[in-house]
Amino acid sequence: MIAANLPALQVVLPLLGAVLCAFFRRGVWAWGVALLVSLTMPLIAAGLLVQVLESGTISYALGGWKPPYGIEYRIDVANAFLLLLVSLIGAVMMPYARRSVEKEIAPERQAWFYTLYLLNLCGLLGIAITGDAFNVFVFMEISSLASYGLIALGRDRRALLAAYQYLIMGTIGATFYVIGVGLLYSMTGTLNMADMASRLAGIENSRAVLTALAFLTVGISLKLALFPLHVWLPNAYAYAPSMATAFIAATATKVAVYLLLRYFFTVFGAATVYTRLPVAEIFLLLSLAAMFGASIVALFQDNVKRMLAYSSVAQIGYITLGIAIANKTGLTGGIVHLFNHALMKGALFMAIGAVFYRIGSVRIDDLAGLGKRMPITMGAFTLAGLSIIGAPGTVGFVSKWYLGLGAMENGWWWLVFLLVASSLISVVYIGRVVEVIWFRPLSNAAKGAKEPPLSMLIPTLLLCAATIYFGFDTTITAGIAGRAAEWLLAGSG
Amino acid sequence: MDLLYQIVAHYNHWITIFLMVSGLYIVVSRGNMVKKLVGLGLFQTSVYLLYLTPGKILGGTPPVLSPDFSVYSNPLPHVLILTAIVVGVATLALGLALVVRINEEFGTIEEDEIFAGDEDE
Repeated sequence: MIAANLPALQVVLPLLGAVLCAFFRRGVWAWGVALLVSLTMPLIAAGLLVQVLESGTISYALGGWKPPYGIEYRIDVANAFLLLLVSLIGAVMMPYARRSVEKEIAPERQAWFYTLYLLNLCGLLGIAITGDAFNVFVFMEISSLASYGLIALGRDRRALLAAYQYLIMGTIGATFYVIGVGLLYSMTGTLNMADMASRLAGIENSRAVLTALAFLTVGISLKLALFPLHVWLPNAYAYAPSMATAFIAATATKVAVYLLLRYFFTVFGAATVYTRLPVAEIFLLLSLAAMFGASIVALFQDNVKRMLAYSSVAQIGYITLGIAIANKTGLTGGIVHLFNHALMKGALFMAIGAVFYRIGSVRIDDLAGLGKRMPITMGAFTLAGLSIIGAPGTVGFVSKWYLGLGAMENGWWWLVFLLVASSLISVVYIGRVVEVIWFRPLSNAAKGAKEPPLSMLIPTLLLCAATIYFGFDTTITAGIAGRAAEWLLAGSG
Repeated sequence: MDLLYQIVAHYNHWITIFLMVSGLYIVVSRGNMVKKLVGLGLFQTSVYLLYLTPGKILGGTPPVLSPDFSVYSNPLPHVLILTAIVVGVATLALGLALVVRINEEFGTIEEDEIFAGDEDE
């Protein structure tokens, strides 16, 4: 009974948890509920992944309405993997959340924080699990509205501006998405993605379908913060509460990338996307602009969270570069970077959250000498930073290796040089912080600092250890990413 | 004549496009945060028309099964748009709530004034 209904539970539990949190109103109890739900999620996701690996794609008819008429939850290797990633990140971060939230959010608002967090989780998991185009929109708005709220809870008053700006951009993105879906719906008469894919065969060259593709691409690109559409991201990440930044940075953009892959490869099909429109060229150009432009901007930031946010924009450039390369190796690189970037950005933002917990600041100058006071946290920060750079032995190297190989397969040798060049810029911006942390005399702000409580330290170290472990043992991550890439390029719906 | 007929026959789409573009223009061009939200609302509303108008089939009746009728209009777009309206209301409510908080903290809702007064970090 439970095994058969796992797909529904994956989304319904966080939703119910959110309601419970809102009722409790006491921060600690709400945290308890959120923790319980967050720890259950990976178990469900793992159960689904096992089922998918054993018996192939799961199709779950929500409410008993048969697809394509009802809403179908459709789980295959690619999104089972994503569900596991998102729910694991949530589970690792939740123990960390309590201290961080206690420090940064007023007591009467803490329960609301957990409510919004669970709604956000629900939306992200929903986008990943559903096979219905309109249902995606609903979940997208659930997760987005929740994240606007999470960002607005930041202590700094500029958090409100960041949330407002994100709300405007995010809503424009979601509306573009609905316009695209509406055009597809009027062309095919269905909202089920698999059904849509089969009905698009034969009319994929019509102007309405290509317009839909354009609207969907722009809409989803706004959500995933592709280079010129990224302006909402730096402020949102910089001023949100540490826990919210860590969770959103590690998951939200990744889910949006998955959605883009899903539309490109399973709904429209690689043939339509790459031959009828210059998608590969556009993504190549924008990815490179992100890798260089955002990295260079990151060099000039005083606020570490803001710097990491710009670095996120650059790293998303690597993921979309995989889409631009569009052969199996390149796409594997993109997908594996999606996983890897979630790990390392999660670790970095959690380490910075721990710093904020102790010294109440994230300005680079205030971090000076902190390596002497918080060596473990700062060690974790340095290791995860090395991973951003792409040092061998870390996950960042694995993704760049695959991207480089994929570029070579296309004969784009110049791209390999650009990959290395953009990594060099990240050496500078990460190195700048690392130098300040370890080699400068202690700043006034850092005088009284000591290691954060274990509940914050252990989750940070766990993610950091994962960035090293998966840097050496790539069989799981690159293996599954390779399978997903192969399956996407084969275009099977 | 043919061309004219083509243009007039799709009048619903022209209205949709007009609302869409003017909504988006307001969002981009206005500095007042409430006006931006008005534009955003207009932009979202245009999508409702995009969904609803093709759902009407000429000569179709409301989708209630009856032996007297064989052509029905499509009810599904209405259901979808009902959901989208709810989402739109939630977005607008949250947006306005943020504007109220911004007004409390900054004393203005004009973007230029906020950014001018917020140079010092």
